[in-house]
Amino acid sequence: MTIKDVMDITGAKVLTGEENLNREVLNAFGSDLMSDVLAYAKDCSILLTGLANAQAIRTADMLDIGCVIFVRGKMPDEQMLALARDKDMVVLQTGNFMFTTCGLLYKAGITGASV
Amino acid sequence: MSEPAEPLVLNYNVVKDDYTRAGEASGDVKKKLRMAGVDSAVIRKVAICMYEGEINMVIHAEGGRIRVEIFPDRIRMILMDKGPGIKDVSKAMQAGWSTASEEARNLGFGAGMGLPNMKKNSDTMDIDTVLGQGTTVTMTVNC
Repeated sequence: MTIKDVMDITGAKVLTGEENLNREVLNAFGSDLMSDVLAYAKDCSILLTGLANAQAIRTADMLDIGCVIFVRGKMPDEQMLALARDKDMVVLQTGNFMFTTCGLLYKAGITGASV
Repeated sequence: MSEPAEPLVLNYNVVKDDYTRAGEASGDVKKKLRMAGVDSAVIRKVAICMYEGEINMVIHAEGGRIRVEIFPDRIRMILMDKGPGIKDVSKAMQAGWSTASEEARNLGFGAGMGLPNMKKNSDTMDIDTVLGQGTTVTMTVNC
């Protein structure tokens, strides 16, 4: 599955990184707590979060997660999007809740990080 | 026996309460390690250790300095802050124990996972803390 497929499945729109929507997606991690992302999101291609501040982008970057989806309609500001561009990251946004977004992706075959 | 190699040294200043830039030093170290061709699993551990430590310096202390030494066989990170110190290090090492402010929690941190995460991802970790003066955390990650 590609990021473009993820957009179609979750109804998300792209905020930055349009040129990288064909990136392959295998598994995802969803959390608003960045310490848990750092602790558990090993080898994930997507971070789903409702935390709309620079630390969401920085945390994803630390783990080489190339795509962040902001859920619950959370909107990153321009400074965050500039940071994401600098880190070569795709940023999506959806009005769906975390559970719903994760469920849609899981149903389509995206798995979570291994425990 | 050959002489031990001189490390490549990186220095950073960390500013108190600068929530937007918190993590900038860690991002820079990660980028430089990648350019130096360091193994990605090692980079990942260094990035997690340093980022959690950098966040701690911003949310708990008055900021401070970070020195990163890159040796052929290990990366050493020395994080020195001016601040309140850690009253009970063994408690601070327990997952879930935190004294963080609401503001730290709003950042997505402050859940008492920082020091345990740093311990888990480093090969050695030492905490030298003086109440009312500050804390120095030294971590190494083997290559």
